[in-house]
Parts: sequence; structure tokens; C-alpha cells
Amino acid sequence: MSDISASAAGLPGKSSLYAESDRTRRRNAAEKRFRLYGLGAVGIGVIALVCLLASILGSGLSAFQQTYLKVEIYLDPAIVDPNDARLMEDPDAVRAELSKVLTFGYAPLIQGSLQAQAEELAAGPAPEITPQLLAAMVSSAAPTTLRDYVLANPEEIGETIEFDFLANARIDQYLKGKVTRESAALDSRVDVAQLNAADELLDLGQMEKRFNWDFVFGPDASENRPEAAGIGVALIGSAYMMLIVLVIAVPIGVGASIYLEEFARKNWLTDIIEVNISNLAAVPSIVFGILGLAVFINFMHLPISSPLVGGLVLTLMTLPTIIIATRAALKSIPPSIRDAALGVGASKMQAVFHHVLPLAMPGILTGTIIGLAQALGETAPLLLIGMVAFVRDYPEGILDPAVGLPVQVYNFTNRADPAFVERASGAIIVLLVFLVIMNLVAIILRRRFERRW
Amino acid sequence: MDDMRITERHLDQKDIKIKADNVQVFYGSSHAIKDVSVEIQDKTVTAFIGPSGCGKSTFLRCLNRMNDTIDICRVEGQILLDGENIYDKKVDPVQLRAKVGMVFQKPNPFPKSIYDNVAYGPRIHGLARNKAELDEIVEKSLRRGAIWDEVKDRLDAPGTGLSGGQQQRLCIARAVATEPEVLLMDEPCSALDPIATAQVEELIDELREQYSVVIVTHSMQQAARVSQKTAFFHLGNLVEFGETGQIFTNPVDSRTESYITGRIG
Repeated sequence: MSDISASAAGLPGKSSLYAESDRTRRRNAAEKRFRLYGLGAVGIGVIALVCLLASILGSGLSAFQQTYLKVEIYLDPAIVDPNDARLMEDPDAVRAELSKVLTFGYAPLIQGSLQAQAEELAAGPAPEITPQLLAAMVSSAAPTTLRDYVLANPEEIGETIEFDFLANARIDQYLKGKVTRESAALDSRVDVAQLNAADELLDLGQMEKRFNWDFVFGPDASENRPEAAGIGVALIGSAYMMLIVLVIAVPIGVGASIYLEEFARKNWLTDIIEVNISNLAAVPSIVFGILGLAVFINFMHLPISSPLVGGLVLTLMTLPTIIIATRAALKSIPPSIRDAALGVGASKMQAVFHHVLPLAMPGILTGTIIGLAQALGETAPLLLIGMVAFVRDYPEGILDPAVGLPVQVYNFTNRADPAFVERASGAIIVLLVFLVIMNLVAIILRRRFERRW
Repeated sequence: MDDMRITERHLDQKDIKIKADNVQVFYGSSHAIKDVSVEIQDKTVTAFIGPSGCGKSTFLRCLNRMNDTIDICRVEGQILLDGENIYDKKVDPVQLRAKVGMVFQKPNPFPKSIYDNVAYGPRIHGLARNKAELDEIVEKSLRRGAIWDEVKDRLDAPGTGLSGGQQQRLCIARAVATEPEVLLMDEPCSALDPIATAQVEELIDELREQYSVVIVTHSMQQAARVSQKTAFFHLGNLVEFGETGQIFTNPVDSRTESYITGRIG
């Protein structure tokens, strides 16, 4: 209407197509502005993503490499086996006798073996190094490694074996460029002499950096030995929980959606259910943690910290997401397909399972996988059900204590030693890899099952 | 319109296939069909005409209980198919729909192969004992749907890839594959071009030999071309029901006359 009056108010009758009218100019300017806003928004998103990835990869990739120190150790029978237990027949008795020597007893062995190396280094390039300082460059996890080896191979007592021990976190961080000589000078847990020795050992080939499978599959380690800490327990814990969510949430969620969408009569009761499901999807996840604590642990007495409880809590949290996604997928199937099936005499259930469900499958799968991915990354509810504990033993079932990947990240960031920063970022990388894989699977499934009509 | 053809048409006395008695349909509180009684003969094409929203499609969907899928819809009165009340508590609508097939306004083939589209009905009703029998049913149905020659070389191609007219004939083939006794058609040609419409109309005329066909149509010319009996609906009432020739040339009710002459609707 206003267009007409405007042109009428301008040149009566004729206006050139070559000349842009005021109105057109304003409209084009608005469109241009909007495009710029859009471009800006996308740009900000991309920059944020790049920064995030760069920061995480920058600080986390090095967690997959670890410094090892080669040490030749003479397994002195006088120290590791003072009672000559290795000569006994019964392997259980041997083991029982050998384990009387505690981890603490193995430390002198390592220090002794390093004596010669220390003297050699002190004579040459690193004059301030002492055997004590050199021994301190080895991780405090080394005696445990040594003891485990002796217990497993008692027949090798008395021989000289070459071991690859983890280097202390400070030395490792120095070789990764994260500890500098300036920062080492202020740090009571590392001596500049050790850094010189580390450079030298690296040149000599007695120290090396290599890929660290123990980070991915090994168990967590205590506060003061970050070099030994791994996320294996968290991986297993998360895998168990995903399994539980998959087995419980998917059938319940998809079943509930099909019933609500295709079979239930629309009345006040289904309306209330629908509103509640939408609201549940928006409930903060920590609330589900409190619910899980009250119901599964305090009332049902399921074991605390177990992946079973974690999985159940995550199931509750994921259900609304799956239901909403599935219902949306079912709703998007045109009613003409249902009519067609009913028209040739299919029952309601046949119509749904033969025609509607296969067509809705890509949407359902995508929703389910996104729900699972969301559950995989969830931390807060797990904190409340005790999955935040320090767990070193691999869970053997869904009732054993475990942690989840995101909780492991949280645990790492809570620790004082700066070497855990790298561990936390490394764990985040693993988590992101899993999330990317799940999303890729969702996209592939979507492509594969998608049909047009 | 070729009026001569209408007047020349004559009817044999045939069995009553469907008998509706005082049918009332309510959508929630609105009264969509008011007291409709009609007798539909076997091996006859019966057309329902009337302006938009007059209830002709609603009434058609009552004949195979497709309205059951609408929660707020309520049907009163009785509809007898071969003397049996289809709204009886003992009647399973699924069994009824196998006897009373339906073709919809918009072609709605399943997003499956042409073969599977036709074979679906016989499969779920167990009409074929083996693959050979099923093949036979599919071929017979596609021939009856007058589409066999066009698709016989590509039965594995998706049904949704056909043209609109072919899709609609595929849907007709799918409907006849379950060997129904009555075929309901809800504006089957409204989404088709004139050539496809002509093909479908020809097909309807052939189907009359075996089935009782009930067709809802917006086009009065179409009703005149294909049907032997015509029912005129207006505002939920069945205004007039009679032989097509008589309805179009000599309507009894003034509303019918207004509609067919284009003054209302």
C-alpha cells in the first residue's frame, strides 16, 4: 500500500528502472547490514572454535608423549629377595615371600644403578649433578614399576635388566618446553643441574620421548606423580555408562515417543506429560545428580561411585532429549504415509513399524546420538553420586567404583602440580575425539538412511 | 460438457453394497454430517459432489472408518456393508479396510520400490503363499491400475520417482492389490493434469466391472463423466441423491440446481 502511494507521490506516471528509488536503497542497505551481521556471527563462532581447539591442542597434545629414562638395573638378590624365596617350588609362596620387600625397599636399587651414570655426568657436562639429584629425576612411580616386574618375573632375580623408567614430571615438562631454567630456579622440586643432565642424557640416547599409551589406558596416579597419571579407568567408566544409557534410555525413550506420538489420545493427561518432558530437558543436570543420590544410592542402596548409578542418572538426563528428538522425527513424517498404510488395511502398529519408523530413523538416530554425546560430556551429576573419587583399580563390572572422562578432567584440573594441566587438556582431547566420532556417526547414519518422498 | 452421454446412460438394477442410515458425524462440538442416509450399489460408480467443506470427504472416510484415526471425531447412526454394521463393536477396522480400499487426494506411494508398494497389502494380509504368487498379484494389480506397461521394466525403482499421474495409478494398483470389494477415492484427480486425469477416469470406468467405486470430486464434469449415481452434499446435508443423468439435467432440489449451474459453491 505504502509502495503505491510513494511512487505516486514521486514522479507521476514514469520512473526510470535505472535510478534506484529511496525505498529500494534503504531496503538494499538493510539487507546488506543483515548479511554483515550474519557473517560477523559466523566469524565469531569460527574464531572461538579455533581458539578453543588451538589452546586445548597446544597444551594437551604433549600429554600423549612422555619422557623415559633408560636404566640398567642389577636385581640384587640381597635386596629384592633376602630370604632366597625364588628357590622355592610353589609360585604362590614365592610371590608371598617376595612381596614382603615393600616398594620402599626398591628405591636404593635404582639409586645405586644410577651412581655410575651420575659420576660420569658430573665429570663431564653437568658438574653439579649428584647421584641423589639424578635419582630424583626418575619418577617416584619407578620403584613400583620395578617391584611389579620382579614379582611377575622372580626367575630374573640376580640378572641385569634394562628398564625404561618414567622421568619425573618436571624433567618431562622441561623437555616439552613447559619448564624453563628461570622457572626451575624458583622451584624447590627441580634443580638446574638436573636440567643440564637431562639435556645430556637426551643427547646420549639414554633419555627419550615417545608415545605414551599409559596416558590413554593407564590408571590415575597420585598428586605428586603426574607423569604416571592416565585416564584408563575414566575411559572404562565412561564406556560402561554409555552402554547403560544406550541399553536403558534408547528403548524407553523411543518407545515412549512412539506411544505418545502415534497411539496416545490427545487429552489433558498427554498434554501434561508433554509439558513435563519439555521441562525435564531444561532441568539443570546437577538436579538429576541429587535425584540419583536420593533414589539410587540412599533408597535403593546401589553401590556409590559405580558406573551403574552414573549410567542410570545419565539415562534420566538423556531421556527427555531422546524423546523430544524422536517425537520431532515422527512428527515430520507426512500423515499421508500413515493414511496410505491404513488405507491398504495395515493395523496402526504395522503402519508405524513398517512405514513411519523407518522413515523417522535418521532423525531418531541423530537425536539419540546427540543425547548420548551430551551424557558423555556430563560432569555435574556424577560429582554428586561419588564418581569424583580417586580410583586406581580398573572397574571389572558396572558395580565397581569408576570415574567418567569429564570427571577425570575435573579431577586433573583440581590438582596443584602444573604438570596436570597437560593431563587435563589431553583428557579433553580424548573426550573431544569421542564426541566428534559420535557426531560423525550421526551424520553418516543420517545420510545413509535418509529418503525423500 | 457432453450432455448427450449422460442422458444415454442407463442403469441396471443392482445389489446394494453399502447402506448408510441416519449417519451423524461430529468433530468435537461441530456437527459435520447431518443425518445422511444413502444406498450405494455394487459395480457402480457413485460420485459425491458439493462445495468445499460440505462433508463429502468426511462421509467417504466414514465408509472405511478412516475417521477413527481422528481423536475428536465421533460417528453415530449405522453403515451396513453387505448387511453388516461396520461400526459394530465386533468389527476390526483393519479387516474392514482390507475390504474397502482407499485412494487419496494426493498420490501417496510409500518411499519404496514400485513392487513393494503394490506387494505391501498382499503381504500383510497373507494373500500370497510364495514369491511367484506375489509376483502374479503385483502384475495383475499393476495391469488393473493401467500402469504395468510403463513400469514393468523398473519394478525396483522407487515409487516416489514416478510422475504425479503414474503415482496415482500406482496408488490405485496398490489399493486393488488387496482385492477389496469397494474402492473409495477421495478427489483422486485433483493433483493431476488433464491427461493423467483422463487416464485415471478411464481406469475408474474399467474398475466398475469388479468393484463398487465411490468417488469424491470437486469437478462436476468429472462426476458427470465417470459416475452412474451422484450424491450432492451441502453444509453437511445430503441434499439430493440419484442417477447422474437426472441430477445434472433435471435436479429436484433448488440448491442442487444452483450448484451445478455455478450459482453457489
